[in-house]
Amino acid sequence: MGGPVLRQSVGVTTEQVRLRAPRHQVSRKSITLWTLHAVIGWTVVLLPQLVVLLFVDSPPTWQLAAAVTTGVLAVAHTLVMPRWRFRVHRWESTPIAVYTLTGWLSQEWRIAPVSRIQTVDTKRGPLQQLLGLSTVTVTTASAAGPVHIEGLDHEAAVRLADELTTTTDATPGDAT
Amino acid sequence: MAPELVEEPPVLDWHRLDLRMLIVRPLNELLGLIPVLVGLVVLGGGDVWRIAMSGGVIVLVVLFGLLSWFTTRYRITDDQVELHTGLLVRKRLAVPRDRIRTVDLTAKLGHRLFGLSAIRVGTGQHEKAGENGGVTLDAVSSQEAERLRQLLLDRAPARTAAAVANGDAPAAPVSTPLAAFDPRWLRFAPLTLSGLVAVGGTFGVLMNYAQEFDLRPSAFGGLHAVVDRVMDAPIALTIAVLLGVVLVLAVVASLLVYVVQFWGYRLTREDDGTLRVRRGLLTTRSVSVDEDRLRGVEVQEPLLLRLGRGARATAVATGLGTKGESSLLLPPAPIAEAHRVASEVLLIEKSPTRTGLLRHPLVALRRRVVRAVLPVLVLAGVLALVAPSWTWQAALALVPFAALMGWDRYRALGHALTDRYLVARSGSAVRETVALQRSGIIGWRISQSFFQRRAGLATVSATTAAGDGVYHVIDVDARTGLLLADEAVPDLLRPFLVVPE
Repeated sequence: MGGPVLRQSVGVTTEQVRLRAPRHQVSRKSITLWTLHAVIGWTVVLLPQLVVLLFVDSPPTWQLAAAVTTGVLAVAHTLVMPRWRFRVHRWESTPIAVYTLTGWLSQEWRIAPVSRIQTVDTKRGPLQQLLGLSTVTVTTASAAGPVHIEGLDHEAAVRLADELTTTTDATPGDAT
Repeated sequence: MAPELVEEPPVLDWHRLDLRMLIVRPLNELLGLIPVLVGLVVLGGGDVWRIAMSGGVIVLVVLFGLLSWFTTRYRITDDQVELHTGLLVRKRLAVPRDRIRTVDLTAKLGHRLFGLSAIRVGTGQHEKAGENGGVTLDAVSSQEAERLRQLLLDRAPARTAAAVANGDAPAAPVSTPLAAFDPRWLRFAPLTLSGLVAVGGTFGVLMNYAQEFDLRPSAFGGLHAVVDRVMDAPIALTIAVLLGVVLVLAVVASLLVYVVQFWGYRLTREDDGTLRVRRGLLTTRSVSVDEDRLRGVEVQEPLLLRLGRGARATAVATGLGTKGESSLLLPPAPIAEAHRVASEVLLIEKSPTRTGLLRHPLVALRRRVVRAVLPVLVLAGVLALVAPSWTWQAALALVPFAALMGWDRYRALGHALTDRYLVARSGSAVRETVALQRSGIIGWRISQSFFQRRAGLATVSATTAAGDGVYHVIDVDARTGLLLADEAVPDLLRPFLVVPE
């Protein structure tokens, strides 16, 4: 089947072989979620610096420089990262496999065959609940192989989880 | 026996651990306590209070042994191994028999004097130091342990049921030897770091005792003289002598550790479909791995061992991590032996770990070197700002070594695909060559960092239920990596791949 055909085509056009993007985008509300995450993270880093700057009489220049650098980085990261992530993050579920693409600077594709799925969970953190989002986690027998689909609308997540559970139950074997 | 009786689940009695454990357990614990007791009695200088305390310790240890014997019971039913134990906190452990992946027999010195063995039944459910998912019977007679081992790993229920009822072994075991201890392997012992670790550990313990009992070097006249002479000698000589002494001690200790751990090593294939490793001079260990759970073999070459053309081999099996002791297939031995063991274990004439590997693109070399050198440069930079100038110069002197390490890491990178195996190699401090069954791959992770993307590289990782859980093909040319993954597991990646006709 796949193998021989592939090898024939390889000789000519190896240049073009690539993974296509998974079909579905995550919910647009994810941008808000990631922005909130970034804001919270940077606040933790920036706040102590600002407190020190405010309460010390004449702060040394390097301290000012550090605070300004952190501030600039924080703004850039908070503005760029969520939008970049939104353009990258995608997912797809077929009768054969669950397929995701995540990341921004570093990117990762994960593929888990449906026949090897062991559990399907949905999870909602406090911020996700606020925004009506959910994460679907698909685990296999490998400790290193869980596939997370972040930032789905809650109803869509539940639907996907149900779908996957039904297909998994219908597949025999202990998935190792 | 009438056939219908076999259908009935046999009514099974609860067994106690072997009666001899009443002696063995206190004995084993006392053996471990000997240094402390000697310290208390001898160095205590006849202090009544200290002698009384050591007596108290002995009584407590014996009492504890008695209690644990009286409170521990086990039984093996048709579908479970059950263990009840504990006096104040009653524990009831049950392991479903179809979940059993490994059976380990361990006999410490005390056990062996009395013909006993501890038996540990492992299910491979994320075992962390015996937590959950495993049951240990410490101990039963060696014959009983052997009978249980065969019984628990045999997956032919009818035979087993009959055997349980009769109380004897299912069948006369036939085992094929695959490898055995060779005294010439001892030359690899100094190439492991175990000697250095042992010397360091002993030194630490001695210093601890010296402090505990208020010993000062000045208390001994002889030592005093030695110290004086050392103070007078030139510093270079002192360092050289010290290094020499440590080296000699480390070599001796490494030989001892090797002999103690691996004496009597034997790898056999049993006719009940298990691989069995037996080893140990004082404490003997026997580890049985269900062959159905075997997903491959890993050949490991730590740097020093590699320089001496030696290697270890471990099993990649579901329910066994490769870093633990129980997955060991071959102790440090010639590399050729490691490959031979791999081929014997996997039942292939030519071991897949020997396959000629495809080198990764030269860009990967740049990445490895940059990643090795950059941290050293950053360190030098920081030191130049905050520390005296010789420190950053010393750090800079490390740069060539870091570059060399990066180059060695690149040299290690490689992958190949055989009929049934995905072979991947990486690492410098420990070079690891893994042969993973293609049918054991249960998913892919393909990652590209920002710099990998620009260099056209990717790290293709195969996830599996066995061993480490994931094995990486690091810094492979992105397209080659995708084609590799697609070919290794047909039809899994294909729907998501863009391959122009």
